[in-house]
Amino acid sequence: MTRTAVIEVSGLSKRYGTTVAVDDVSFEVYDGEIFGLIGPNGAGKTTTMECVEGVRTPDAGRVKVLGFDPARDQYRLQQRIGVQLQEAHLQKRIKVGEAISLWASLYKSVVNHDQLLAQLGLSEKRNAWFMTLSGGQKQRLFIALALINDPEVVFLDELTTGLDPQARHAIWDLVRSIRTRGKTVFLTTHLMEEAERLCDRVAIIDRGRIIDIDTPSGLVRRHCPQRSVLLTTEDSRAEEHLGTLPGVTVTRGDAVDNPLMMPLVIRGDAHDLMTSVIQCLADHQIRVIDFQTMVPTLEDVFLKVTGHSIRGTS
Amino acid sequence: MFRGLLNLTWLEIKIFMREPLGFLGTVGMPVLLFVVLGRSFGGSVNSNARVREFVGEDLPVLAAVFMAIGAVLSLVTIIAIYRESGILKRLRATPLRPHTILTAHVLVKLVFTALTLILMAAAGRRFYPVALDPPWLSFATALLLSTVSIMSVGFLVASLVPTARFAQPIGAIIFYPMLGLSGLFVPLQSMPPAVQTIAHALPLTYAVSLLRGAWLGEPWLAHIWDLAALAAVFVVCTALSARVFRWE
Repeated sequence: MTRTAVIEVSGLSKRYGTTVAVDDVSFEVYDGEIFGLIGPNGAGKTTTMECVEGVRTPDAGRVKVLGFDPARDQYRLQQRIGVQLQEAHLQKRIKVGEAISLWASLYKSVVNHDQLLAQLGLSEKRNAWFMTLSGGQKQRLFIALALINDPEVVFLDELTTGLDPQARHAIWDLVRSIRTRGKTVFLTTHLMEEAERLCDRVAIIDRGRIIDIDTPSGLVRRHCPQRSVLLTTEDSRAEEHLGTLPGVTVTRGDAVDNPLMMPLVIRGDAHDLMTSVIQCLADHQIRVIDFQTMVPTLEDVFLKVTGHSIRGTS
Repeated sequence: MFRGLLNLTWLEIKIFMREPLGFLGTVGMPVLLFVVLGRSFGGSVNSNARVREFVGEDLPVLAAVFMAIGAVLSLVTIIAIYRESGILKRLRATPLRPHTILTAHVLVKLVFTALTLILMAAAGRRFYPVALDPPWLSFATALLLSTVSIMSVGFLVASLVPTARFAQPIGAIIFYPMLGLSGLFVPLQSMPPAVQTIAHALPLTYAVSLLRGAWLGEPWLAHIWDLAALAAVFVVCTALSARVFRWE
């Protein structure tokens, strides 16, 4: 299937004084996907996104969004995109309904206000001042403002930062529903779980450079192919038998209360590791008390490709 | 080009009215002060020529200049707050043009300045012992031009203040000393030459001269240089602000 690129970025660079914030970044975002730019704080995610939105002018490189150059055609482009900025605020005493009306007055075509507010669960907050909204409600309002003009591409920058898990899950559902309506979503996040659950494809960015781009599962498969199984058994033959499997290492795990119940850690590269372990256990009729599979995540991929944890300061 | 200007201006007026002390501080206080001052001089107006002159000539100009400075300080503060909390940046990431956002704030301040002026005029008629019939239209026009010109200086100040916390004090430090040299309290001619030179470099001096002239009904042509100076300040400061203004 050939896919249309709605965002094309090549050789994008931006520096602030002597600090290089974005360094020769290139990627494409395809029609109808959720694309995530992931990396730690200060990696250059927001700067990259703001150059694509046209809010910021890059020092070098080429950016095309829906065929427009965002730096030159900012105002024509803005009619067709929706933007949510990181840590944005509105006037403290602006009402939710007033913000929606103001935004609506700025675009040529807009969606139905009532439906939009209802979709985002803000109908009852129509007359509430911005300052009285909770963090989750504020973010939902910003999503509403980003969707008011029925945009083709939606930009979401650190959408769920500072939200509690419940509000976060609600926002994730909303983002998926944007994709369902055929929109393209370009988001940034430093939360690997968010990227893994939401994004069709992700680009890993660190210190201003893109390190790799792929589907979350593709990145995991290529960078962290190793799978492991945590197995608890009272059968002393298990270690020996499993050790004979090709390409597999077996070690003793951390001690738990009962020394007899120490789990075995079985690691292997083969993607049929699980099958061969189960086969081996069945062949030798080994009784299993507990069986846990450990699948690497984007977090492991990040550690592997950048050499540092995403949570630590870079 | 100014898409959304009226919407945004009207919205900002409503938001301002919701601020605690917003309306009272901007419009109520100056009018109240004006009335109290007038009442306290009331008895001596007819017997004392100096007081009569003060109430009849200086007080209206003083009040007008304070209104203009108050409007500008309030503008500097609100721009600083909007920048610091990211509101300016958020508004800018819409089809609103940058100058539309800033013009809306200028209009809000002008609306409240005009309202204060009208209330003061009404209060003056009702409570002041001196019967005055100045050329209101000229005076209002002079005040409008002066305020717009000083506001352009305000934008420059708003570009330079580091945080919203310092906006009001820094603005006050810049504008109130200008007032001292404006010729309102001490006639320019009686200042030392060096101080006079400084005074002539400050926009407020021309504003005071223009306002006084307008109040006394002098012809506009006599104040052509005041107008030129205020226009020059406006052009230079607007051009400079356009270059150095920070949105975030």
